Amino acid sequence: MVDFPLLSLMTFLPVAGVLIILMIRGDEETVKQNARHMALYTSLFTFAFSLFMYTRFDGTSADFQFVEQSHWLKPLGIHYHVGVDGISVFFVLLSTFLTPVCILSAWEAIQTRVREFMVAFLLLESFMIGTFIALDSVLFYVFFEGVLIPMFLIIGVWGGPRRVYSAYKFFLYTLLGSVLMLVGLLVLYNQTGTTDIPTLMASPVASHLQYWLWLAFFASFAVKMPMWPVHTWLPDAHVEAPTAGSVILAGVLLKMGGYGFLRFSLPMFPEASAYFGDLVYVLSIIAIIYTSLIALVQEDMKKLIAYSSVAHMGFVTIGIFTATTQGVEGGIFQMLSHGLISGALFLCVGVVYDRLHTREIKRYGGIVKNMPKYATVFMILMLGSVGLPGTSGFVGEFLVLLGAFQVSTLVAALAATGVVLGAAYMLILYRRVVFGPRVNDDALAMPDLNMRELWLLVPLIVLVLWLGVFPATVTDKIGPSVDQLITDYNAKLEVAAREAAQSAFDTAGEAQ
Amino acid sequence: MMELLAVFLPLLAFVIAFLFGKKIGDRGAQFITCSALIVAAFASISLFFDVAIGGNSYTTELSRWVSSGDFNVSWALRIDSLSVVMMCVINIVSACVHVYSVGYMGHDPCKGRFMSYLSLFTFAMLMLVSADNLLQLFFGWEGVGLASYLLIGFWNHKPSANAAAVKAFVVNRVGDFGLALAMMAIFVVFGTLQFDAIFEAVPEMAGTYFTFIGQEYHALTLIGLLLFVGAIGKSAQLGLHTWLPDAMEGPTPVSALIHAATMVTAGVFLVARMSPLYEYAPDALMVVTLVGGATAFVAATIGLTQFDIKRVIAYSTMSQLGYMFFALGVSAYGAAMFHLVTHAFFKALLFLGAGSVIHAMSDEQDMRKMGGIWKEIPMTYGLMWIGSLALAGIPPFAGFYSKDIVLEAAWADQTWFGHIAFWLGIAAAFMTAFYTWRLLIMTFHGKPRASEKVMSHVHESPAVMLGPLVILATGALLAGMVFYEPFVGGGVKHPEIAEVEIAHHEIDVEVEHDVEGIVLEDEEEIAHGMGREKFWNGAIEVRHQNDTLEAAHHVPEWVKFLPLVMGLLGIGFAYLAYLARPGIPEKIKTIFAAPYALFFNKWFFDEIYQALFVKPAFKLGQVFWYAGDQNTIDRLGPDGSAKAVKKLAGVLSRFQSGYVFQYAFVMMIAVIAIVSWFVFKIGQGY
Repeated sequence: MVDFPLLSLMTFLPVAGVLIILMIRGDEETVKQNARHMALYTSLFTFAFSLFMYTRFDGTSADFQFVEQSHWLKPLGIHYHVGVDGISVFFVLLSTFLTPVCILSAWEAIQTRVREFMVAFLLLESFMIGTFIALDSVLFYVFFEGVLIPMFLIIGVWGGPRRVYSAYKFFLYTLLGSVLMLVGLLVLYNQTGTTDIPTLMASPVASHLQYWLWLAFFASFAVKMPMWPVHTWLPDAHVEAPTAGSVILAGVLLKMGGYGFLRFSLPMFPEASAYFGDLVYVLSIIAIIYTSLIALVQEDMKKLIAYSSVAHMGFVTIGIFTATTQGVEGGIFQMLSHGLISGALFLCVGVVYDRLHTREIKRYGGIVKNMPKYATVFMILMLGSVGLPGTSGFVGEFLVLLGAFQVSTLVAALAATGVVLGAAYMLILYRRVVFGPRVNDDALAMPDLNMRELWLLVPLIVLVLWLGVFPATVTDKIGPSVDQLITDYNAKLEVAAREAAQSAFDTAGEAQ
Repeated sequence: MMELLAVFLPLLAFVIAFLFGKKIGDRGAQFITCSALIVAAFASISLFFDVAIGGNSYTTELSRWVSSGDFNVSWALRIDSLSVVMMCVINIVSACVHVYSVGYMGHDPCKGRFMSYLSLFTFAMLMLVSADNLLQLFFGWEGVGLASYLLIGFWNHKPSANAAAVKAFVVNRVGDFGLALAMMAIFVVFGTLQFDAIFEAVPEMAGTYFTFIGQEYHALTLIGLLLFVGAIGKSAQLGLHTWLPDAMEGPTPVSALIHAATMVTAGVFLVARMSPLYEYAPDALMVVTLVGGATAFVAATIGLTQFDIKRVIAYSTMSQLGYMFFALGVSAYGAAMFHLVTHAFFKALLFLGAGSVIHAMSDEQDMRKMGGIWKEIPMTYGLMWIGSLALAGIPPFAGFYSKDIVLEAAWADQTWFGHIAFWLGIAAAFMTAFYTWRLLIMTFHGKPRASEKVMSHVHESPAVMLGPLVILATGALLAGMVFYEPFVGGGVKHPEIAEVEIAHHEIDVEVEHDVEGIVLEDEEEIAHGMGREKFWNGAIEVRHQNDTLEAAHHVPEWVKFLPLVMGLLGIGFAYLAYLARPGIPEKIKTIFAAPYALFFNKWFFDEIYQALFVKPAFKLGQVFWYAGDQNTIDRLGPDGSAKAVKKLAGVLSRFQSGYVFQYAFVMMIAVIAIVSWFVFKIGQGY
């Protein structure tokens, strides 16, 4: 542990960076260069702080650590309360790790309004970290929704030709969910008189309210995941977003929904979570099969990967709502792994997009000849996405399926079909882009990865392989928190069942 | 230490050759991979003497792998008789193929990469066989699938090679789906994936039932069947076999190593490894027997009619794998492993021999364009004869011993499915001999049918290719005689133990004599059992009442001779039809037009699957995309509401100008309105 406000420092360091970038003066070129460097250094410092946090994090404890608490909106009893436990610590790391990667990836690709872009990205980082460390529901909501603003701008300003439509669709969907969640939060506050997450986690809400609140929160988290049928914003957002936007969207933003389920739905509304579990399974299985089949027929590389993301997130929701150790840990692991793999896959798309300015699959083909390094990197990531043992993709998927199998063999069997389909669409994508006849001369004239691109992707690949071979690095640290979560969850369900039986007994007694 | 050398040297070679291929050059890559494999081969042979002969099996823990709650799996090497036998086969054949490839791929621009992939494959296969738990086995299982994918599609500019590679991976994934479900079921039933722990608990679990997708099944039978689905995929058994013939798109050394000698036998290994579990799942074994028998037969019928030299051998491989499976199905695991080992030698020999022919014929694979070349390439011709004699089961070649014991065991099982498998196997034995000699005659004899240009280039392969062939030929010649005793009985006699055992058996014999009427005839037979048991040393478990291998030594004389007779008949018939009276094949073709069409078109499996699965999947994808996402969800959702908003605002033109802020503003107003309304309502409610 440390005796200074580490988490706040991490959260607001990017904001400090923003202030400095805004103060940069000079001619256009100087501003561009300085803004890029400033953003990179700020995000690297933040990453360094998060690594320091990771080394000081006590993986044997399920408690919140590095906790800071102070009054914020005093009359309402709302605090500035932050801390991390085993569930959130890796999401913080994922955010701080991917941000510098994104900034580097935008180094040459973004040439207009560079300063504004960097500002948006640093703000985004600050909000992402804030989301994962917030221990007060109002604070959480502010960060959770705040993320939308820079993301919305990144798509809307630096996106492709249909950027406005996509940004609008993205905003509409997420806002719809957010409104319902806000209502849910208000009701929750009204009922319990507190917005403190640990307090709320410890004392579940009355049964009859749980169902409505669960649905309100679900609306928001399901859109963020995204789950079927509120997923159609994702392919459009990805297609139009600049590479860095896609990376952070797939890498971190999609994980906020899953994190929300773990932080709110499961601990605060256990009865409703158990009750709606089947609904989640059905939606997730539809997501897995339906979007995998759609991915099979895509002609746009980014759309294909976007649809595959929906399918992979389907595994996450199944895992979380099995409420088994393997399912929940698998879900978290799958989120981290997907963050790395799909983020890196979008970087790969960006590499060829920067050269040929098209995402259409059939404009490529046979590029293994002129881009052997790229082919290797893409291959490893493709295999990770397919869930080959030895990559992180396998561990997450397998643990989720293992958890699901304990709850319902049917769910596990149906979800596992996604593994077969996943192999089909990814392999076909790879074959059409990298292998195959060499027909497009301009594609064959593309230069291989340059140093910046290579060293951007190598750390991601190393992590994907490392987590595939030594996943205990992660699971050991998330273990205690997940155990705590599940023990509490089951205990609350037991209490609820006993109370229900008692009241049924009472009514029966009164009737006599 | 030896086991680490044997398993991890190929990995090291892969990493060096792959990452630093540019620096060390093609020569360097070839040198590093070949020498690593040769050292690994010697390490495995030394392990074989220590573990299988010396009886010192052990497990080496390397590191933790996946752990989540009560699910804990390690990286660990299980070194017992079964795994060292496999390791020897893998490393020896792989070393031969590595060296051969130096010559065969000599003109390929990417030979360094090719060598590295071969080493990667070898490592994955070694991880598969030395796994100490099912998850690690699965790691190797998918790893060999990856290497197979990379190597089938090695000539990646060829669309057919790419299609074959993807098909192989995806079809195998269907099998892996079964294997993955099997692992989950095992974890739920046994609480572990570690072999020893599973095997220990099997007898207590014999009565357990398990509900799977709404149906209650005998737990062990269900697990056995799910595991077998994985084996069907990897070992190209009927149903999931369609990838194997297409896999011949890969370079020939790949076909020899992966699609004949090692990877495709992974399914056989899996069932043998899980023998303690299958012994308590007789219904699962029945299915294994029937699928194996059917595969042996169907593949042989297809093999009769093909013209691509590699495809004929590929169907032959599939057929021989069928033999191994029905041997497993009748609990003759030792016989299956025996056939696996001999087959690895003679089939790799045949494939590499075919490669040598293809090399000589300027990359021609169609047997209709060969012929009359035996004098030009006498070494290859002679070596192909050895492989063919072994495949047809002619003594004293290896295939004779192993195929005979497999068929004898099927007969000795004395069950209806054992008999079906036996007769299918006998029929397949005839066809095997026939198509093998058809291949030999069409390729080497008769008038040359190739163009003069090709014929003028026909040349014997260099020593670097023939050397490995000689080693494999030695195996094809001797493996049967040498390994018969330890693998399937008739074993080494250990007087002290044997005597004690005999004393026990005498009492048993008397009892059994009355009860079942089984007569153990003399001391020697008991010693047979001893040798086998001592060799496998618990790595393969057979329950006493299932011991078909023992009974296989006592089958009637006609059962022992029938396979040989069928083999000789097949050779004779092929001689007649393709050399003495060349008009016969055409006549047969016209008389039996319907079956010929069925066989020639591979029983229409590809066409059926295309119509049933592949096309509908793409069609559904289109339907979901257009009708689902675009026309339903988007129309009712965001696009529909967008229209509504536009109408409400009544400023269509300005919205189309696309200012983000306007949308945002409208949304914010809406949010505030909704929230205020809710807050108001709630405020009133309480």
